[in-house]
Amino acid sequence: MKYIAGKLGLFVLTLWAAVTLNFFLPRLMPGSPADAAIAKLSQNGPVTEATRAAIEAQLGVPDGSLWEQYLAYLRQVVTLDFGVSYTFYPQTVSSMVSTALPYTIILVGVVTIVAFILGTLIGVAAAWKRGTWLDSLPTLGGSFMSTFPYFWTALLLLFFAGYVLHWFPTTGAYSATTTPAFTPAFIGDALLHAALPALTILVTSLGGWIIGMRNAMINTLGDDYVTFAEANGLRGGTVAIRYAARNAILPNLTGFGLALGGVVGGSILVEQVFGYPGIGYLLFNAVIGQDYPLMQALFLMITVSVLVANFLVDILYGVLDPRTRR
Amino acid sequence: MTSTQNVRIPTDGAADGAVAAPSRWRSLGRTLGVVWSNGKARVGIVILGLFVLVAVFAPLLAPYDPKDTSFDRNLDATGAHWLGTTAAGEDVLSQLIFGARISILVGLAAGVLSTLIAVAIGLSWGYLRGFASEVVGFIVNLFLVIPGLPLMIVIAAYLQNGGILMIIAVIVVTGWAWGARVLRSQTQSLRSRDFVTAAQFSGERAPRIVFREILPNMTSLIVGSLFGAATAAILAEAGLEFLGLGDSSIVSWGTMLYWAQNSNALLTGQWALLFAPGLCIALLALSLTLINFGVDAVSNPRLREGKAKK
Repeated sequence: MKYIAGKLGLFVLTLWAAVTLNFFLPRLMPGSPADAAIAKLSQNGPVTEATRAAIEAQLGVPDGSLWEQYLAYLRQVVTLDFGVSYTFYPQTVSSMVSTALPYTIILVGVVTIVAFILGTLIGVAAAWKRGTWLDSLPTLGGSFMSTFPYFWTALLLLFFAGYVLHWFPTTGAYSATTTPAFTPAFIGDALLHAALPALTILVTSLGGWIIGMRNAMINTLGDDYVTFAEANGLRGGTVAIRYAARNAILPNLTGFGLALGGVVGGSILVEQVFGYPGIGYLLFNAVIGQDYPLMQALFLMITVSVLVANFLVDILYGVLDPRTRR
Repeated sequence: MTSTQNVRIPTDGAADGAVAAPSRWRSLGRTLGVVWSNGKARVGIVILGLFVLVAVFAPLLAPYDPKDTSFDRNLDATGAHWLGTTAAGEDVLSQLIFGARISILVGLAAGVLSTLIAVAIGLSWGYLRGFASEVVGFIVNLFLVIPGLPLMIVIAAYLQNGGILMIIAVIVVTGWAWGARVLRSQTQSLRSRDFVTAAQFSGERAPRIVFREILPNMTSLIVGSLFGAATAAILAEAGLEFLGLGDSSIVSWGTMLYWAQNSNALLTGQWALLFAPGLCIALLALSLTLINFGVDAVSNPRLREGKAKK
């Protein structure tokens, strides 16, 4: 109980720090949204003082002391009211986020889980069959794949499977002719659109899980209890899975938790390449369009979900590994 | 690394020769031998060496000026342009060769800077006890859990069109925390060793113990985290440039891909323009990862090659 309370306290403190960071980040940086908008306008001719005042009023340049701004910001965060998007006016930030979120959660979420399970299994096999091709192939292949810049993998897949071979659609989450609904036709269409982004994320994230699991597993294989289990004549598979892998998986679980939290942030580069309308693509568009309210809300949401995931993994870790509770 | 170099007898210098640790150069040579004896690391060193040579001698190797736009546009591979030309009429091969400079520069600069921060913070954090340690730990964990790429993108967006220095700064700010955490746990386990206790009893001050006694014993770990940080920096730089968040007028592998996508190289079917810059990024990052296999083997003999399992 004391363990959970301590973790909870730390979580709340981290949450507050992240929210506050999100408040100060734009204020520490040179320039303001209004400056950026005026700079864009002034390319077409001189900007009058009246126009400047109008733009500042429209973009809601903060007034009042820093403390008052901070309180107003906290109120926004608690009520999830992030105002109106600049670039997609008059849509609210919240409605745009809730449109994009399901695409990202389903695409990146499913792929992350599949990659973790597959990678861990391959890692166990690689460590157990150390020194054979079953070890060197996935380890080398995995480290090669994880050094690919993943937007490049995405570009290549898009080029060959999309443009050259015409196997898959090249952009979007569904065809322009269909409307989102729970019909077999739409779901099939959406799956076809998700195939290439999913493959990209799978290929580039698999290597990390394989190597992490393999190295953790090699360390536990050297421990006395594994030798003891073997000396007792237990079958190889039993020793590998129920003795060694069971303990070796603990560090990888932390990574998995963080990856699950990262799902909400989407795969910015992959979503951008495929024009997939998830959170990452939304963040990219917000950045390009200098849509500060949208950007701030998205960054906050991405950070908070990683923090929550991290907290849950900490709790789970305490349950699985009593040594961490002390 | 051996810990013998720290157990000198402090009383007289005359006996020093008799019990001296192997010279710094000899132990360095032996360490490099371990790295080199690892097949993967050897491949990595060769690839990295090639890229460094290409970057250094870029003006001699490149057939044209990388910013020369006087050629025909969207050419496929020809005798005069081995990899074709871009949509703006630049020679792709020359851009590729000059692009190596940016990636190596960013990898080196951002890698070294974030490792320096990681060493300073990680080691102090591991040596400190009590409340101060909790405070440092809190800050490191905060940087660790905030998602790196979104943070990088948001900072880059606020700093609008910064050059390569801005990109290096953003990568360092978002990238030092991981190394700090790894180095901290090693410091924690070393600080309870006898040679540290001995140094404490002989009245040495904390900064000296941390950076002169403990630090030499984790050189391989620090080098490993340097290569890791450099790999991450190269990939992050390419990603930011690809999104168009850096200075898109410089010639780098990331900006090449940015222009390739924005000029519809996918539609014109110029596979070399898409393929070559990404392959270079992947190979450079791979070479560092491969070298790290060898560096890992220095600190963890279980990972050394050529021994039977278990």
